[in-house]
Amino acid sequence: MDGLTPKAPAKSPAKTPLVEIRGCRQSYHKDSTSDLLVLDDVNLTLASGEIVALLGRSGSGKSTLLRIVSGLLTPTAGQVKWRGEDLHGPADGVAMVFQSFALFPWLTVQENVELGLEAQGIPRAERESRAETAIDLIGLGGYESAYPKELSGGMRQRVGLARALVVHPDPLLMDEPFSALDVLTAETLRTDLIDLWMEGKLPIKSVLMVTHNIEEAVLMCDRILVFSSNPGRVASELIVPFPHPRNRLDTAFRQMVDDIYALMTRRPTKPLAAVPTPAAEAGFATPLAPVSTNLLAGLLETLAGAPYNGRADLPALAGALQLEADELLPMGEALQLLHLADLADGDIVVTDAGKHFALSDTDERKAIFAAALRTHVPLVAAIRRTLDERWNHRASAVRFRDELEDHMSPDYAEDTLRTAIAYGRYAELFSYDEEAAQFSLEDIDTPG
Amino acid sequence: MRTTAPASLTAGRRLPNAWDMLAIACVFAGILALVQVTPETFKPIDAPNATVVTLDPANLPEYALRTTMRMFAALAASLLFTFTFAPLAAKSRRAGLVLVPILDILQSVPILGFLTFTTAFFMSLFPGRVAGLELAAIFAVFTSQAWNMAFSMYQSLTTLPNDLVEATRAFRLSGWQRFWKLEVPFAMPGLVWNMMLSMSGGWFFVVASEAITIGDQSWKLPGIGSYVATALDQRDMSAIWYAILAMFVVILAYDQLLFRPLVAWSAKFRVELTATIAPEDPWVLKLLRRTRVLSLAGDAVSNAFGVIGRLRMQLPTKRRAARAPRSSRSGDMVFIAVSVLVAAAAIYAIVSYVILHDVGLSDLLETLGLGCITLLRVIVLIALASLLWVPIGVWIGLRPAWAQRVQVVVQFAAAFPANLFFPVFVILIVRFHGNSDLWLTPLMILGTQWYILFNIIAGASAFPSDLQEAALNFRVGGFLWWRRVILPGIFPYYVTGAITASGGSWNAAIVAEVASWGDTKLKAHGLGAYIAQATDEGNFAHVVLGVAVMSLFVLAFNRVLWRPLYAFATRRLTL
Repeated sequence: MDGLTPKAPAKSPAKTPLVEIRGCRQSYHKDSTSDLLVLDDVNLTLASGEIVALLGRSGSGKSTLLRIVSGLLTPTAGQVKWRGEDLHGPADGVAMVFQSFALFPWLTVQENVELGLEAQGIPRAERESRAETAIDLIGLGGYESAYPKELSGGMRQRVGLARALVVHPDPLLMDEPFSALDVLTAETLRTDLIDLWMEGKLPIKSVLMVTHNIEEAVLMCDRILVFSSNPGRVASELIVPFPHPRNRLDTAFRQMVDDIYALMTRRPTKPLAAVPTPAAEAGFATPLAPVSTNLLAGLLETLAGAPYNGRADLPALAGALQLEADELLPMGEALQLLHLADLADGDIVVTDAGKHFALSDTDERKAIFAAALRTHVPLVAAIRRTLDERWNHRASAVRFRDELEDHMSPDYAEDTLRTAIAYGRYAELFSYDEEAAQFSLEDIDTPG
Repeated sequence: MRTTAPASLTAGRRLPNAWDMLAIACVFAGILALVQVTPETFKPIDAPNATVVTLDPANLPEYALRTTMRMFAALAASLLFTFTFAPLAAKSRRAGLVLVPILDILQSVPILGFLTFTTAFFMSLFPGRVAGLELAAIFAVFTSQAWNMAFSMYQSLTTLPNDLVEATRAFRLSGWQRFWKLEVPFAMPGLVWNMMLSMSGGWFFVVASEAITIGDQSWKLPGIGSYVATALDQRDMSAIWYAILAMFVVILAYDQLLFRPLVAWSAKFRVELTATIAPEDPWVLKLLRRTRVLSLAGDAVSNAFGVIGRLRMQLPTKRRAARAPRSSRSGDMVFIAVSVLVAAAAIYAIVSYVILHDVGLSDLLETLGLGCITLLRVIVLIALASLLWVPIGVWIGLRPAWAQRVQVVVQFAAAFPANLFFPVFVILIVRFHGNSDLWLTPLMILGTQWYILFNIIAGASAFPSDLQEAALNFRVGGFLWWRRVILPGIFPYYVTGAITASGGSWNAAIVAEVASWGDTKLKAHGLGAYIAQATDEGNFAHVVLGVAVMSLFVLAFNRVLWRPLYAFATRRLTL
């Protein structure tokens, strides 16, 4: 039972860096044209005794950075030092907690927890006693012989935590550990973990966690790195000054959450791509987030009506709609792209066009939406223009996908094209045949 | 401190219980049987009784046992093949480039056409010994199982869940450890299911490969298949019924002792984190789990695997992070050059063989024509079997109480080697002077039609009840219901079943298009009969041609019809 002697006092962190990353750059390699950047010039220092959050939207490269720290991924350029030495491959003292838990369904709780120890060739007796200690610590006692599928989501993530803790990692890495859990379960796990950390019962020196949940970051962490997207950069670094246990309703807490919302909705000042190409300049290759037209319409109606009357504070709105920042922000940005609403200083403001939309019936809405698409979404406009120009009014989707892939990763290109198709269909600008991957003007009323 | 001793050691009672007695009896009977059979394999071929098959029913248990042993020997070989071939194809990009298409082609080659070559080959390995014949028979069964199993494992290895792979890497499991902790367990359900399906198909081939005739010479390996062949020669109808009965018992034992327990056990490895209500354990699995002696043995086996899995088997320096896969250009060049050379050598060998053996264009045209006849048979049979089994399967599948019970029977029927029933048909055809071109045809699908029924039942039972209710609610009935509701719903399942059935039918053509009863020979026109006749005459060149053309037909049939249908079904009609 000597396995879990507390190693680091939680307070007054000694500033010996555990992990140090300098000038890290990760590119998604595209065969012919230039590389597309996922991460650009990222620096990170992780010291003993702190919990650090990497906070950002999906696609900001924060999970990629976590994988670089863990040694699962080698960056395209830049230096990764772990305890002052260059990192090659997964390091000894690193363990990860996964968003999807990543438990082996054919292993029992005990066997799952022992996995990392087995890999290190630790003898059976020690393995079992260490696993037992971790299981008890994390509140899983009595579940040793259960299989993961017999457990609830919260219990499964406890297994994931025990499996990571048992190898005594420094740092402990967590990839959105609570985002697959329901609100109440997630809250219990967070407070349990913070309590154990404060009591110095965790056999770890520091924690690096990825999250898109702003409140979670403010609630748990000592330091927050806010990421901007496309390519991922550290936009700002914040120290969270509040002592544990923290109160979500505290004014200073709320203010910090508000400030981070404002940071995350700030418009980028730099151009998106390092070398702007004609297509990028025309906005053809602006990524579109997959947000459905129903969500957009619903959000506009909500915002236009009481009590918001056209303007809402984003954190308050997120709370009222039970959405996370990562869900709400893409909707706001889609509205902003279409000039139906504006994002500024953590607020969302509906434009005149947006108000008009909210008050209209279905046909009028489609007309407004179509007009907005043709002026503000060059991709949709280009598709329609191509169809108008062709004698048979048909065009293959493959061509547009290829063009998009010159400027973004295939996943982004796929999302962007899907969204453009959904928007164009809703606005009745074109039809799309999924089987043939072909746009057409069938069933579309063309004026003149 | 938690006790580490197995529960069976610390349990209060030490005396064996009734289950133990039963289990001990079973195990010892198995060992005895093994001891009895093995030495005969190395007897010289002309030793008394080495290749003599008598029709005395008292010999049938021994024959059945020998047939079963061949099955298991082939299964062991197939497993070995699967565990080497699949990881190689999945992990080495270059090996995968070559191995996967090879597997694909091998799958469509009619196994029974091969029998003559492999027999000749294995006989030359063990001149004058029974072992050569045994190996040839085992190899025939192996070829009916191995491709399918290897493909299943290859597919599992290429679709490993990404988060689990990352977890093994983050916790620094070596490649060897990952293989035993992640890859093998993940592949297990698919592998077991395919293994059991292949084995069901294998009974057909083991029966067909026990009595082999090449040119003037014919050999009979003691077994159920050769027993039936002898009975056919001697026109002994009662012996045929005995053989069918013996096979029935064997398949029943295989189904109950192996198939059901293994499939139920492999469900543990499914990657789905929702707790589903597991069906009740088959009785054998219960026996294994509840019997002290047997569960001790089980623990020992799993401990052994645990020890294997814990070995790192890795050089200490080989720890690397994932980079973008770097392809070494020069390596690729060498690889491509070698591949081209091998292909050129193969083409040269084929061309020189064709020239040497005077296989002309007329032969090719003849086989192509015969191939079309057999193709027509396969298409008509599949259509007829579909017309019959789709309505019946849907009817059964929508009634859950029936579906489970019928499914058991159908699986049994699929495993039963249909060639044992051929004589019954042959006698009827001879008796009523039927047209052999017409009446031999149904034999081709006798054994494989069950795959259609089996899959239809599975599809209909999986049909969502809310869609059924919606159809009922909008009073969709009659033909519209079939066209709009149930047929699209079961289509992916139907295609899976029909692919298996048509593949099996091509193979069966070689034994189904010719039949004999004593001196009476029945022969239908078709590619199967062509191959069978060429084999009888010892005309290897024609056998090769026939097999090649049949492979070509199967390949084309799969690529032109089944693959697009399957792609369409999974894309559009999966729920």
